[in-house]
Amino acid sequence: MELRTTNICMKNFKSRLPDVTFYSRESEAACGPRGSVVGFSGSVSEKMLSGLHYPGCPEARLRSLREKLPCREVQAGTLLAIMGEPEQYCYPSIFIYGHRATGKSHVILTLLKELELPHAAVSCVECVSAGLLFEQTLLALFGADSAALLPRLPSLSDFVRVYRQVCAQQPAKQTRYIVLERAELLRDMEANLLPGLLRLQELVDDNVAVILLSEIVWDKFRPNTGCFEPLLLHFPDYTKAELLQILSLDSNPSYTPELYSSYINILLGVFYSVCRDLRELRHLAALNFSKFCEPLEKGEAKEGNTHKLWRNIEPHLKRAMQTVYLREVSSVQWGQQQMDEKEATALRGLSALAHVELPYYSKFLLIAAYLASYNPARTDRRFFVKHHGKMKKTSFLKKHEKTSNHLLGPKPFPLDRLLAIFYSVVDSRVAPTASVFSQISSLVTLQLLTQVGHDDQLDTPKYKCAVSLDFILAISRTVSFDIVRYLYDFI
Amino acid sequence: MNQNSTTGCFVFKPSSKKRKRTVGIDEYFVDGNDDCGNGRERFNICQKLWEKIKMDTEILQDELNEKILESLLDFIKKCTLSFQSRTDDWASRMRASEIPTAALVLGVNVPDHDMTFQSLSDLLKNSVTPFSVSVQAKECTALKNLMQRVLERLMGVGVSVEEDEEDSGIHLPQKRVSCSISVLCQWYKTVTKTCSENGFLQSPPIVVIFKDFEAFNPRVLQDFILICNRYIHELPLIFVFGIATSPSTVQHILPHSVSSLLCIELFQSLSCTQHLATVIDKLILTSQFPFKLTGKVLQVLVSIFLYHDFSVRNFVKGLQLALLEHFHSQPLSVLCCKKQEARHNAQKLSHKDVEMVRQLPSFMRYVETQEPQEQVQLLTSDDHVKEVCQMLLKGLRKYHKNYYPILRCLHSLTASLPKYPLGKQIRELHISCLEKNVWETNEYESAMQLLRLLAKDELVAALRKCADILKPGKTKKMKSALQQLEDYIIRFEQLDETLSGEEITSPGKDLQKKTDLFQLQKTLLEMKGSRRTKKMSPFEILRNETLDFIDGLVRSHLTPPELQPLNEVCYYSSSGVLRRHLNATPRTSIQTALSHPFYFLQNENLKTDAGTVSSAAPDICIVYKLHLECGRLINLYDWLEAYATVVSAAEGKDPDAEDYGKVDELKHARFIQSVSELEFLGFVKSTKQKTDHVARLTWGGC
Repeated sequence: MELRTTNICMKNFKSRLPDVTFYSRESEAACGPRGSVVGFSGSVSEKMLSGLHYPGCPEARLRSLREKLPCREVQAGTLLAIMGEPEQYCYPSIFIYGHRATGKSHVILTLLKELELPHAAVSCVECVSAGLLFEQTLLALFGADSAALLPRLPSLSDFVRVYRQVCAQQPAKQTRYIVLERAELLRDMEANLLPGLLRLQELVDDNVAVILLSEIVWDKFRPNTGCFEPLLLHFPDYTKAELLQILSLDSNPSYTPELYSSYINILLGVFYSVCRDLRELRHLAALNFSKFCEPLEKGEAKEGNTHKLWRNIEPHLKRAMQTVYLREVSSVQWGQQQMDEKEATALRGLSALAHVELPYYSKFLLIAAYLASYNPARTDRRFFVKHHGKMKKTSFLKKHEKTSNHLLGPKPFPLDRLLAIFYSVVDSRVAPTASVFSQISSLVTLQLLTQVGHDDQLDTPKYKCAVSLDFILAISRTVSFDIVRYLYDFI
Repeated sequence: MNQNSTTGCFVFKPSSKKRKRTVGIDEYFVDGNDDCGNGRERFNICQKLWEKIKMDTEILQDELNEKILESLLDFIKKCTLSFQSRTDDWASRMRASEIPTAALVLGVNVPDHDMTFQSLSDLLKNSVTPFSVSVQAKECTALKNLMQRVLERLMGVGVSVEEDEEDSGIHLPQKRVSCSISVLCQWYKTVTKTCSENGFLQSPPIVVIFKDFEAFNPRVLQDFILICNRYIHELPLIFVFGIATSPSTVQHILPHSVSSLLCIELFQSLSCTQHLATVIDKLILTSQFPFKLTGKVLQVLVSIFLYHDFSVRNFVKGLQLALLEHFHSQPLSVLCCKKQEARHNAQKLSHKDVEMVRQLPSFMRYVETQEPQEQVQLLTSDDHVKEVCQMLLKGLRKYHKNYYPILRCLHSLTASLPKYPLGKQIRELHISCLEKNVWETNEYESAMQLLRLLAKDELVAALRKCADILKPGKTKKMKSALQQLEDYIIRFEQLDETLSGEEITSPGKDLQKKTDLFQLQKTLLEMKGSRRTKKMSPFEILRNETLDFIDGLVRSHLTPPELQPLNEVCYYSSSGVLRRHLNATPRTSIQTALSHPFYFLQNENLKTDAGTVSSAAPDICIVYKLHLECGRLINLYDWLEAYATVVSAAEGKDPDAEDYGKVDELKHARFIQSVSELEFLGFVKSTKQKTDHVARLTWGGC
């Protein structure tokens, strides 16, 4: 665990070591039946590993917490230790990061809910403006009246002012927590928002802690101007054994847990190499379980006959990996297919229908764009001028052009080059009509071409071709144009 | 009031535009050709025809879309039910909550999609849910715009995004609603309580239609889907993606983490070429509308469709333009209407109109074929011409009534032949029939030759199809043709019975197998040699007889319309006008204006030989001409010198004088002005590569 001490904001910040914590009599009375204070002794790490401890919380509730947070006891314990006693000041900001579905939100929200601590959980993706963020925070912490105090277009200082105002009326008896999910989006909002939130405790002079959750490491957050460093807490990925343990928890009530966990074992055997996302795995498990149970329903196999069950389900899971996992086929269609038993009639996936019908000149414009993107401009003479003379590939090119252009990706080209190539590849004489030009922009909207950012969009716009070789081969086949003969990489 | 002042009003006083317009539309018809008084009638006929065409296309569109919309509605209904019956069983609890999504692949003809989406949302409003919104990419550049649009259209109130302060004054009296989905959730809960009485389902779904999926900013879409996914348990959301290219763009635009939140089902619409074929079939290949297009005009419209936009809506717009142009520019189009009306209008023709009729080329041709006495009558008596006009119009109508069924017959006979000698689509055959005598073409000959080799069952099947086509025909000729055709079919069948015992050794027999064209030709040549020697079987005789009969039908009914007297009344022929309007070439016009100022200014002084510009031409033309002689970078000073020399020549100064070609302030200013005009037109731009140089943006010299 990475814990950084800091000399800022230490004045009323309690130590993280439980054995030196200080408790006040009054707060205990205010906080209701706490019972005796649990004294801590020994080192912190030992405490964390031994399970969850929270001062003043009955053991039964802690046990239920432990059950709700499988494989995350260590992280939960660390968090609890950082949070300390309810009435004490917490570290001002905590940054929790880890991959998708590693239990970040689950752990923190379960803790806050189970221990009935005052908190506001806001997902930054929903907050299209900072104002919404402030509004939702105040709403959750102080109720609807406080949110109404915010002016239109509130700034951070408005928020701080309103917070102080309502805080004076309802002083904190317990630490208030503000949980911000998908915190990486805070970076795109006003520049002062993230540094301000990190030291909110200091700004509002209240017992409040901000917990940021993100999938990105803290290094990518740090603003140029510097800021208060939050405590960093990493949630590692679940191991295969942990995944097995967690997934086995939600076994189907009509079958034994052993059968379900053997099913999960098979599932992980197939999917673990491509997907470690717990949510996705759970979804896949649910989708395919009925197929797994089919031999049991029909009476062809017994629960103990795992080999037979495995033989039945394995090809099915492999097919699922190529279709429903990639969302080529929707889960509803997948379910129907299982029921209909018509496995021979494979469903058409999304990418199976890559064929695009285009108007005749659009096809040639796209071909010209492809040629312009993948051929060096210097070779245009060789391909499009009739008596170009002989040019040898090796002597003619600079060194960096010798690598395959297809490996390097499409290069931007100006509009005139596109049109010059277009006029030379299209077989009939084309008038430069307005619709030829408008077709270029509709190709851009269809995302077959992309406009490259450039300061002079009016006079010399630049484009890139955004289609694959296979696509352009199919297109040029329909107009019987042999594109391979014109591609520098293939001669 | 003359037209100039009205148009003047349009430009400078937009407020009075509407009032003027309402009285003004049919004025254009009168004013355009002020010499004849039937402008208003023509306008009315034109309006009526257009209304009919418009209605027919709309009905057609609805019919074509019916299937896909039906399946889409089924999908939405199914999803709604699954939302409601979201049971608490194990599987549904375990499954990730996905947003049901319909990927609607509509093809690249984006302008046509509007109509489809319109009828989709109408259908939804009528039968499934009152809550459907459609959003376009151009109004949703950021997430908050998208949210605002969705909320606004669902809740019917102004939603503040907090950023746009300008219109806050307008929104202020309304209740301020912040723009988040949780607001929508609360609204939905209150609304659905009262909603169940209105005949909708218990909790109607909220359908969000993304009209142009490709054009959306991927970030905006991703965030929106992420937000919606958080509320899927409270809000029954359904998405519809309108996709123009291919369904795999969904995967290109959305990363797996987002697309895994969707449960995407695919719906594919009819291809636009099929759509066009139906529209042509219903609007053009019918005698229902008196207004017709000549081959060239049709070719222009079809080629714009195939080469440029694939848009059926634009095709119909082009048709509308042709219709307007025809009724506007051809005074005799007053006769281009239904039978009764045409007779009435023919009676009312003025002397001027009759003169115009006499000058029609087709009428002149008709006059020449008449007896001398009749000719005199036609050239002198107006009343007689009116009588003849009615008769000729009747003939024209008959011609159309016979033309289209026979065209369809010929197409159905030849459409299955190898390599499609007469074209795969009926419009190709139609165009070639409009332009020349189709039976004189080589393609027709080869098609007939192939038909003469058809096996009996194929031939009989094809003839049956023809008979079906001819059945609704009402004219005498069609009825007799149908009668004869049926006779032939019966004779073919009887042939079967009489010949069942006999042995036939016809050379055609080994051709009954499917062969490719090359082999067919080879055997054909062989047969030519052997035909004289061998005696033909009864089947062959009958087959030849039948095909001769069809050939006769073609020759008598598929004559080009140009040969019909008075065809100018119904046929719109100026393809050039149409092409100029629909497929404009702005660049060419600018270049023409700059290099041949005489073309637009019509000043005799500016008339020059090709490739040169008179020195008296406007400054910009001279500057343009000079810049054509330069390379990619142009030195401004050299350019100015050259310009000064040319202009001095225009002033008629003595070439030997001292200040000849000198740059004075006036010339300098004129030069700078024309260069900046060229820059404005996009021919040059300033460059940082070299000071006092400008870069050319076009290539090619004079």
